[in-house]
Amino acid sequence: MTAGRRPVETDRDPGLQPERTRLAWRRTTLSCAVTAVLAGRQVLNGGGASATLAVSLAALVFLAFLWLAHHRMLQLGRPRPALLPASSALGVAACMVALAVFGAAVVW
Amino acid sequence: MSVFDQLGAGRDAVRLWFAPDRVQEEGETPDYRFSLANERTFLAWIRTALALIGGGFAVDQFLTDHLTHWARVALSLALLAGGVACTLRAVNHWVRCERAMRRGANLPVSRFPAVLAALVAVIAVAMVALVLFGWAG
Repeated sequence: MTAGRRPVETDRDPGLQPERTRLAWRRTTLSCAVTAVLAGRQVLNGGGASATLAVSLAALVFLAFLWLAHHRMLQLGRPRPALLPASSALGVAACMVALAVFGAAVVW
Repeated sequence: MSVFDQLGAGRDAVRLWFAPDRVQEEGETPDYRFSLANERTFLAWIRTALALIGGGFAVDQFLTDHLTHWARVALSLALLAGGVACTLRAVNHWVRCERAMRRGANLPVSRFPAVLAALVAVIAVAMVALVLFGWAG
């Protein structure tokens, strides 16, 4: 009777799952960097104080994302990684929304 | 399902975003590999959102020769709005999948991918038409 059996960790590649998740965080961070650079470029031509402020905001969003990703990657290094904290998920979502609102404000 | 049931379910889902500990109250903890797979799916949706947001920036910066100001603004805002929708949906879907796994229920199905695909297709066709015929140039 194996139908109700809970999967045991020797079934498949237990070691690679955290690794793959860590890599997923890395490439998401990379995508975020590209988007943040585009966001910074958006206002760079204008110059002046508002451009400085906007570039700082984009950099801040990227740093926040980097911090979240780094934090999570440290968690994934442990033997039995815990569930992604919802605060991290919401933080990531907040970064995305911030970038989009920033973009909408500049485009408008 | 009535409209009120749907509203209630939506309110419940949003409450769950901000009180994630409630997810862990019910059911039993799934094998952590499934949770990690769910997390990677969440991140893949976040990258999709980033691509849409980046596309919004790119339209505004690189199509200045092809599109008038208002066409660019409309396209950019559509892409940025798509990015935000993708993000919110990513969080929502992640929470719902996690809860379904704990309860041993079926994973939630969604028509969001189809809607997103339709939106991207419409934007692509609009871009082709605008660039090809130079309507807005």
